[in-house]
Amino acid sequence: MSTNTLAWSGLTADRTRMLRLLQEYGVYAALVVLFLVAVGLDTSFVEMSNIRVQLFQLAPTLLVALGMALVIGTEGIDLSVGAVIALAASVVPLYAGYGLGGVLLAALLLGAASGAVGGAMVAFARIQPIVATLSLMIGVRGLAEIVNGNSAKAVTQSGVLALGSRTVAGIPEMAWIAAVCALLTGLLVRRTTFGRQLVAVGDNRRAGWLSGLPVRRVLITVYVISGVLAALAGVLVVGHGAEADPANQGLNMELNAITAVVVGGTPLSGGRVRVLGTVAGALFMQLITAVLTQHNVHTSYTQIVEAAIICFAVYASQERGTR
Amino acid sequence: MAEQAPDPRGDLVLDVGGVNKSFAGVHALRDVDFALRPAEVHALIGENGAGKSTLIKVMTGVHRPDSGTVRLDGRPAAFRNPLEAQAAGISTIYQEVNLVPLMSVARNLYLGREPRRFGLVDVARMNREAVRVLGRYGVHVDVTRPLRTLGLGAQQMVALARAVQIEARVVIMDEPTSSLEPREVDTLFSVIRGLKEQGIAVVYVSHRLDELYAVCDRVTVLRDGAVVHTGDMAGLEQLRLVSLMLGREMATVRDKGTTAFDTARHDHSEGQPVLRARNLSVRHRLYDVSLDIRPGEVVGLGGLLGAGRSETAKAIVGALPTEAGSVEVEGETLHRRSPAAAIRNGVVMLPEDRKLEGIIPSLSVRENISIAALPRLSRAGVVSQAKQDEVVDFFMKRLRIKASSPDQRVGDLSGGNQQKVLLARWLCLGPKVLLLDEPTRGIDVGAKTEVQALIDELAGDGLGVLLISSDLEELIEGSDRVVVLKDGRVVGHLAGDEVTEEGLLGTLAGAAQERAPDDPAGPGERRTAPEPAEAGERRASPDPAESGAGEPPAPHEPPEPAAEDPAPVKENHG
Amino acid sequence: MTSTALTTPARTAADASPLTLGERIAPQIQRRGALAVLVLVVAIASATSSTFPTWSNISSILGNNAFVWLLALGMTFVIMTGGIDLSVGSMYALGGVLGAYGSTHGTWLAILLPLAVGAAWGTVQGLLVARARMAPFIVSLVGLLGLRGLLQAVTDEGATTYLVPQHSAFRSLGAGTWTPVLIVAALFALGALLLHRTGFGATLTAMGGNENAALLLGLPVARAKVLVYLLSGTLAAAAGALGGARLGSGVTTLGVGYELTAIASVVIGGTLLTGGSGSVGGTVSGVLLLAVIHNLIDHYFSQYGSAFTDTVNGAFLAVVVLMQALLSRTQQLE
Repeated sequence: MSTNTLAWSGLTADRTRMLRLLQEYGVYAALVVLFLVAVGLDTSFVEMSNIRVQLFQLAPTLLVALGMALVIGTEGIDLSVGAVIALAASVVPLYAGYGLGGVLLAALLLGAASGAVGGAMVAFARIQPIVATLSLMIGVRGLAEIVNGNSAKAVTQSGVLALGSRTVAGIPEMAWIAAVCALLTGLLVRRTTFGRQLVAVGDNRRAGWLSGLPVRRVLITVYVISGVLAALAGVLVVGHGAEADPANQGLNMELNAITAVVVGGTPLSGGRVRVLGTVAGALFMQLITAVLTQHNVHTSYTQIVEAAIICFAVYASQERGTR
Repeated sequence: MAEQAPDPRGDLVLDVGGVNKSFAGVHALRDVDFALRPAEVHALIGENGAGKSTLIKVMTGVHRPDSGTVRLDGRPAAFRNPLEAQAAGISTIYQEVNLVPLMSVARNLYLGREPRRFGLVDVARMNREAVRVLGRYGVHVDVTRPLRTLGLGAQQMVALARAVQIEARVVIMDEPTSSLEPREVDTLFSVIRGLKEQGIAVVYVSHRLDELYAVCDRVTVLRDGAVVHTGDMAGLEQLRLVSLMLGREMATVRDKGTTAFDTARHDHSEGQPVLRARNLSVRHRLYDVSLDIRPGEVVGLGGLLGAGRSETAKAIVGALPTEAGSVEVEGETLHRRSPAAAIRNGVVMLPEDRKLEGIIPSLSVRENISIAALPRLSRAGVVSQAKQDEVVDFFMKRLRIKASSPDQRVGDLSGGNQQKVLLARWLCLGPKVLLLDEPTRGIDVGAKTEVQALIDELAGDGLGVLLISSDLEELIEGSDRVVVLKDGRVVGHLAGDEVTEEGLLGTLAGAAQERAPDDPAGPGERRTAPEPAEAGERRASPDPAESGAGEPPAPHEPPEPAAEDPAPVKENHG
Repeated sequence: MTSTALTTPARTAADASPLTLGERIAPQIQRRGALAVLVLVVAIASATSSTFPTWSNISSILGNNAFVWLLALGMTFVIMTGGIDLSVGSMYALGGVLGAYGSTHGTWLAILLPLAVGAAWGTVQGLLVARARMAPFIVSLVGLLGLRGLLQAVTDEGATTYLVPQHSAFRSLGAGTWTPVLIVAALFALGALLLHRTGFGATLTAMGGNENAALLLGLPVARAKVLVYLLSGTLAAAAGALGGARLGSGVTTLGVGYELTAIASVVIGGTLLTGGSGSVGGTVSGVLLLAVIHNLIDHYFSQYGSAFTDTVNGAFLAVVVLMQALLSRTQQLE
């Protein structure tokens, strides 16, 4: 009996170590392997033109995923990001007359407002994050469509268009923006008071509260940041597509963002934010979609593969054996 | 093991013999015998960690014993789970009501065995029966209401009714009165007497000694996993019962204990209190608790488990909502009551439950130490790595925190080191008052003496310290003064020479004995304990030899580690 | 049951303290709020509009929506356990396509194929939640994506459209107003019995309210969890198949966002999203209320179309959830 137990615990210890390694570095290894496979299958994959295309698609997802990673770090979730993209898109035509600055200001403020509403519901009314942001998700998208009217509107404001199409040093400006945001998010998490309070609140909210941390402020701020990043992503999406189409833009974005974060190794149970992992996770998902579509695999299978990856990543990242 | 039950074994309804149980090498139960006769109320008592709950779990099939037997009606009974035990007639009522709060009262009463009609639940009949059954327990409510709209006492009664309904032979009650009002306690007692008349045996776990005398026939005392006494309740002195629980024979109080405290007692009665708590009341937990802590003073909080010691500390820092009362720090009343506000005013608490309320397990040692001080270590919201490292380094060395590096996860440290990390978290704020709730529980001997020495040192530096400890020796030797709590009330003050084990045990037993043992009146009427005036007098008894320490240090003077150097961040870097 | 009366008549100590007004009203609002608002809205609409109370309008509300309400029925069960099933919208579309495909081979296949697939997928989800202890939200999110993928695969990326044969008996299941309404009403009635009058219903209500207690009371928690997702998947597939029968073909683009409407209806109907409290009757009020409101929006604000509907859904959900949070605090003693 006891020897059995020992043998078993030894086994689990090994498995636990394997799982930990997988959680820590799995995404980077997978990313490298996948990249090599992609290049191996088709060397034209590394051509600059293709990489640019990929980066244009990646940038908005990454921005949203960064905010999502912060929210998940507090043991929350933000389902409203896709709708916030739509909301941001809907105000672009309205404020196009004020130039890029006006557009950005309006969009980001709206994103912040939406995030503040969600955050307040979570922090003050203590509603579960899924529910709070789900109601936002439904309501905000509807609002965006009302603002925009029934059909997609073409956008001609040059600043917005440039933002979505210009390249700097061969790399899309959007990608630079996303990279800078990733860097800032990384610094935010690692170097600032707020970042440390955020993970503490996510890891043990009660201990954080007893240690005098401003738990509510942290929660609201996190959702505001998520909203602002989603709004920024929305402006980029409009700039890239040259039209505002709130009925379609940002659809399923919350899923893609959550996938990137989870694949990147950030546990859904909070207490840890892996910014670099999130970047890698977003890259991985972008890469896998690209490879599958470029080799004429039907989108149906792509979706099934994605679903399987999420499932696996969540399963692998679950804390086990505790309790 | 003292006196064994003289009965022939066959008469016993439940018979636990020679049971051993250990978890990960730690003995939770050693060779425990426990005999339950039909129609008796048997008290099962012991301090935290004595093995009461393990024994209950063995009897109810939650745990299987490593060795030994459990017999029900003389037949071996090896329950694999609580259900089997339930089916065999052993019902348990847990301290926390383990029912479904959102479902109706009747639903809860019949969950899993609803009356059926045509295969469907017969709601009308269920409600009718529920009204009838609960009426017998003095609960007259609309049984279609959700359970949670009932008071905790009534909920407890529903749990009791449910437990007894299942053809119970044995009913185990784990702290059934912890959330009851005095009137409800009376009802419970009459229910228990009713059970007795039906021949049902009751195992009664409680820390309230008066209750034991009021309702129990026999008692078994557990300590450190072993039975130290079994016998009749009548004729057993309270004082002896308390000393049995705590493992102290009245005659054998040693001169010098094993703690690292400087046992000299300091008298600080001259100084202005740095913390003054007045009339703190917490629903069902605390009633009018007042206490003062002066700079440089270690005030012990004495009392048995469940007396309201942790609740007092939590109420002071605002972690428990208080119904009444005030807290003053250096004469300023704290208006906002929250842990954050208390911390800003220099009052910090080391919680009893390290894991749930203390450590932030996935974060590193560095971050756990600095988390509360971060705003002071930051400029414009950006943490200064240099300052942080300086502070963390200083405290890791100062408190001898053993970790592979400041980056190690706190969750992976030993209990003692976790405790030191939590102490460091507070010390780097340069607090004025330190509330320590069981600071040495569950940590190894080495760390224990270190922590004890540190407490002395901090007090020497002028901090006011509130010390809660179930370790009697630690409490007596560490404290300059002891405030004794019982059932959520202050029942005595010990100062100077009175701070002895006899003094404490005497106060505890004395407070209980002032009432007739069979009077089940609840805490409501319990106002006979030492008058505040008398207590004040005692406290004031001067001890000139020690008066030097009575001078209050400058209010903002940081503790010693700080004075030396980098520690209180606000001093050096603010 | 030991029925010997306790000899000492207990004093009235444990009597519940009298409830405050708020405590008395709160559960009523939660339970019947949707019904009250529904009656109010219908009354106002009937009084002020000439088109609303006509039979043609009412029959279109009922006939066109009824099958979708089955998603809310399944969702009620899932939410009662404290879970959530985001895959029902995708399953609805898949059920329609499978039903249409099956109908080309016979009416029985048209019914059985979607049910079998729905039950199988529901079981997988249930096992992942109950055994692998994964969050229901993630599991069903994967379902949402994966089933859409499957749907695309079945229809060759939407290139193939399966039509229900003109004279198939399958069509008659979805035709008119009365057949759909009767089918759905019967299923709701069965659902109500299942939730409120059986041991299974009690088990899932109990585990939604306090899973630990349910385990300690010896209720079959894991089995109930699996069954709940099985039920939800099957109902969603059935709803899709019946919808397909009504439309006469399997439409792949249907069902997007239906899971949200279903959740909204359930919650508006007074079921707590945290589980443990709610009713099928409430869900009926919820779906009817949303259907009526959507009908009115279509009528008065048709220029905004579905957007306005969405906003109202979201706002409704937010308000209801906030109210639930507040109400549950009024009811909470201690």
